[in-house]
Amino acid sequence: MADQKKPLAPRDQGAPDYTRYLHPSMVRNYGKWKDHRDIRPGVFVHVSEDGDSLYTVRAGSPRMMSAPLLRKVCDIADRHCQGYLRFTSRNNIEFQVEQEEQIQPLIDDIEQTLGFPVGGTGRSVHNIIHTQGWLHCNLPGTDAAGVVKALMDRLYEEFTHENFPQRVKLSTSCCTINCGGQTDIAVNLQHHHPPRIDHDMINRCELPKVVGICPVLAVRPDRVNGHDTVEVVEEKCMYCGACHAQCPALEIRDGDTDTLSIWVGGKSANTRSGPSFMKLATWGLPNNPPRWPEVGEAVSAILNAYKGGAREFERVGEWIERIGWKNFFEQTGFKFTKYHIDTYRWSRTTLNASSHVRF
Amino acid sequence: MPDDSESTSADLKLPLLDQLEEGPWPSFVKDLKQQASRRPQVAQLLQQLEESYENRWDYWRGTVLNVSGYGGGVIARYSDLGEKYPDVAQFHTIRLIEPSAFVYNTESLRQLADASEEFGAGILQLHGMTGDILLLGFDNEKMFAAAEALMEQGWDIGGSGNGMRTIPCCVGPARCEMSCYDTLKLTSFLTKRFIGELHRPEFPYKYKFKLSGCANDCANAMTRSDMPVIGTWRDDIQVDEQAVADFVDRHGEEWVNENVTSRCPTRCIHLHGRKIEIDNHNCVRCMHCINVMHAALAPGNDRGVTLLIGGKRTVRSGEMVSTMLVPFMEMKTDADREALADLVERIWEFWGEHGHDHERVGEFIDRVGLGTFLDGVGIEPDPQMVLNPRSNPYIKFEEYTAPRLEGEPQKAANVLPREPEVTEIPFGGD
Repeated sequence: MADQKKPLAPRDQGAPDYTRYLHPSMVRNYGKWKDHRDIRPGVFVHVSEDGDSLYTVRAGSPRMMSAPLLRKVCDIADRHCQGYLRFTSRNNIEFQVEQEEQIQPLIDDIEQTLGFPVGGTGRSVHNIIHTQGWLHCNLPGTDAAGVVKALMDRLYEEFTHENFPQRVKLSTSCCTINCGGQTDIAVNLQHHHPPRIDHDMINRCELPKVVGICPVLAVRPDRVNGHDTVEVVEEKCMYCGACHAQCPALEIRDGDTDTLSIWVGGKSANTRSGPSFMKLATWGLPNNPPRWPEVGEAVSAILNAYKGGAREFERVGEWIERIGWKNFFEQTGFKFTKYHIDTYRWSRTTLNASSHVRF
Repeated sequence: MPDDSESTSADLKLPLLDQLEEGPWPSFVKDLKQQASRRPQVAQLLQQLEESYENRWDYWRGTVLNVSGYGGGVIARYSDLGEKYPDVAQFHTIRLIEPSAFVYNTESLRQLADASEEFGAGILQLHGMTGDILLLGFDNEKMFAAAEALMEQGWDIGGSGNGMRTIPCCVGPARCEMSCYDTLKLTSFLTKRFIGELHRPEFPYKYKFKLSGCANDCANAMTRSDMPVIGTWRDDIQVDEQAVADFVDRHGEEWVNENVTSRCPTRCIHLHGRKIEIDNHNCVRCMHCINVMHAALAPGNDRGVTLLIGGKRTVRSGEMVSTMLVPFMEMKTDADREALADLVERIWEFWGEHGHDHERVGEFIDRVGLGTFLDGVGIEPDPQMVLNPRSNPYIKFEEYTAPRLEGEPQKAANVLPREPEVTEIPFGGD
């Protein structure tokens, strides 16, 4: 087999060289940018020390694209942007031009050829970061791409306009592992039962790892019908699904009873108040494909209250911090329940340890 | 029963998914239905997805599948409905390492589009939550062929399992005046330096870097990576006095006080008429005033990075945000980058040696304590690592606790040097 191709070996070549992919204006002005200016929602310009301008047009993408659609994206970059483009952390595509008069033809081409909206900058609802869902993940209790499509249809005008006190970022997650990010508003799935153990299938898993991964020591070694397996202590189990990710024989999902909950006030930026985690806003929303209308209504309730109540530059979490959770629940109409009170690690740090009360 | 192999987009009966074709936001269903007429497996993918929508149930089974010489980079998926939908019985994803800052030329993207169609379903995701390029829909055989073809073109796979993930970074100095270090270069440096850790997972669990040029953290590093590298500066904020005066004239003093100075987390910035005064010694480099008055204010010139550690999302121990590890490191030269890599290796050594299976580095620090961790990796404690010092007195001072002499009698029979190890577990015998 002398002429057979050498089998694939680790080449360890790393990522392709990014310097080949930089827009010529980025190469010329690398590290020499001086200022930027917003032109309209989805369009901004950076100006360099040498007086160069680089205009960016940001288009929202569905993240998942067929090869023909990606080629159309390339056609646009070839026609307008000297063959260069970039993506953002939130699945947007950024097309860049050097002359102001090139902006409108570029936008027209994006809208006509791709049907992608221009926006998602500044004080708008930004594109949703999301997980894989039923399309390709092995763990999800709900879909991701579909939830995003349904939500962004509803929030389309908020993506293409800048109507809010500050940027609004959203994420979705399809199981309690929560691959989605810490964002202003998040839609996450919630399980309601301990895992169901398939004692016949469990022999494909490494049992010590299955026992070891449980954060509350609810999974214990057991023997059933003479075979090694595990048991789950129901009172300890908090339905986190960590064991399910480790071993598919511990099925945590239930298509009939899994629900969705909405979380608010997460932020990654260190700006002003520093990073913060999302907190539970409302729970028990039905997992209702294909359009999840109850989720959309809850998200809109939060956005409306935020738009009406927040000061300029306040992210959702900072707004709630200022007005207090009492006012948040009043203004959104969500009911505060005992389930909103933390019971996990550090829960005591989340209690109001003062006499401060709002009336 | 439709004949699946003959399915075209026109034949597809997807009453639930079809409802996602409507509405103004770009529809992945519409796009995939068009692709279904080119690639039969996409029709079956959509049919399986329709069943998921109908039954609120998932039909993918995950397992481990590797390219020879690699331990990461392939997400294997087998369909539970493989008999009904044979074209997606094997439907794997290849993870490719993305270029720094997600910049591309069209030639490179066309390569990806072509390879994804030649070998797979022709579905791409730009980008995955971990920052990688995802190519979907390869069977076992084509997966290897696709990986080989892509590597011939200069791409590389990686970033899954208990190893390092591909590194996403913000646009950095390529197009941002705020960036305090070269995020693109450091991304490329760390990827190359740790390509072995990226390809051959050997940690207790995953390790994610995310790189942001300033505290605005456009790479979402703080809450979504084990090691955020955030740009910062040590000297004073640069002030263009004329631009400050113009800004105040445009917006008015009241607006500036309401929206800039009063929002400063340490109240270190003050407006006196048309002049800004900053107590730089008390500034925490949060970026708010610079963001709002970007024409007038800019980060200082003595720039570098702040290194943090331990962020992750929910699974197991709940949400964790990264915490301070090194307040300032230079990050201009290869020697600076090498110094960071050396520190990272010490962390991996200590965590790799003592970490439990599936224990992220933040969870590990939680278990052993940050003090122990600092000892283990050779970093001096710094008051910037904590919000406040401890408020409980339960401390084991090494200075005061003399080591017990060998053979010294126990003070009490029940005091043991350490907890006895559990030696019997019921696995493997009755």
